[in-house]
Amino acid sequence: MKEIIFDWAFAWSLMPELMGALGITVIATVLGMALAMVLGLFWAVLRRSKNPVMYWFSTTVVEFFRSTPLLVQIYFLFYVLPDVGFRLSPLQTGVLALGIHYSAYLAEVYRAGIDSVPRGQWEAATALNLGKFHTFRSIIFPQALPPIIPAMGNYLIAMFKDTPMLSAITVLELLQTAKIMGAESFRYIEPLTLVGMLFLILSLISARMIRFLEKRYVQ
Amino acid sequence: MSEIFGWLPNLLSGLKTTLLLTVGATFVACPMALAAGLARLSRNPFFYGPAVCYIEVFRGTSALIQLFWFYYVLPHFGFQMEALTAGILVLGLNIGAYGAEVVRGAVQSVPREQYEAAKALNFSKMQTMKKIILPQAFVAILPPAGNLLIELLKSTALVSMITITELTFKGQMLRASTLKSTEIFGIILILYFLLALSITHGIRKLERRFSYVKV
Repeated sequence: MKEIIFDWAFAWSLMPELMGALGITVIATVLGMALAMVLGLFWAVLRRSKNPVMYWFSTTVVEFFRSTPLLVQIYFLFYVLPDVGFRLSPLQTGVLALGIHYSAYLAEVYRAGIDSVPRGQWEAATALNLGKFHTFRSIIFPQALPPIIPAMGNYLIAMFKDTPMLSAITVLELLQTAKIMGAESFRYIEPLTLVGMLFLILSLISARMIRFLEKRYVQ
Repeated sequence: MSEIFGWLPNLLSGLKTTLLLTVGATFVACPMALAAGLARLSRNPFFYGPAVCYIEVFRGTSALIQLFWFYYVLPHFGFQMEALTAGILVLGLNIGAYGAEVVRGAVQSVPREQYEAAKALNFSKMQTMKKIILPQAFVAILPPAGNLLIELLKSTALVSMITITELTFKGQMLRASTLKSTEIFGIILILYFLLALSITHGIRKLERRFSYVKV
């Protein structure tokens, strides 16, 4: 009997469980992005500081997070946090690692957005006697945000594609689920191919959405 | 402190594999990026069709999944390969797909007049590309290529998951035997950081060297 190379019935039977795993992947991406957006803004503001120590610190931290592998950062948090007394679940650790890693990229995005607001806006706010914080919150930030939305979307997709790394610390996202399915059935073709297809379809759809956002927000 | 020196030979041999992967994958990525980037610009569907497929598939799926697919699924179709070969191939193809978009953007950034001038001078299409367009595009390619090279360096850590004993894998092994997570992963992060810094530095030097070509 000839061996079937791609068993469609088997592939179909895997779908419900893969959809559940996709849920975990999406949750990790959304929470990671939320953390990255907050932390990234923090770095970006710190980098504008006139205090040389703060500037140097934030620049080095951003550079360091950006140029070291996410996988090693994940391992670092996974093994070191419990040693210093923080007991987090693998998913929480993964979200933390994704958030920290991408905050470094988003810091640059925020910086570009803030720099693109004309100097006159700061001067006008000073003339109106607005405080520094108030100026940033109500005048500068609302203008800096729309042009950087597409860039943020690109990093959201990039983060989505990096979530399989969480399988290294046993998070049951798509890749880890596919690996377990493969180990149970001795068939890796269907689960791994399906997971690849899912990623491809979702990234293509989101890339289309980003192009739409670009048309809307970037002149 | 003294035990750190005890780990060093182990970590350095892992670092060697990491460098080998980075260099090997670069040799795969550069021709792929150039070929796919130029083919993407062609009006002939036999060129741009495969180029678009390659670029979208490798950019649209995750590098780690590509790695597992090449290592666990391709053997079923008769392509058996060693882990190191699979690692170099996948990392190279993955970064090559991103590079193709860089090449495309850079070639498109060369002003139209350059093509017209080349035509007026009776250059063939091949000569125009080789002597006029690509040298000018090269300057625009350099900075994003430097970033991609750092991305490549970082993605070499992924191959530790298909049992290649590079830096991250060695770190995992050392951690399992000593349980000194902070020190070991700290050293590894610093090593990657230093490598990335030297790449940034090297690319900046190249940029200065070629800054006389203005687009």
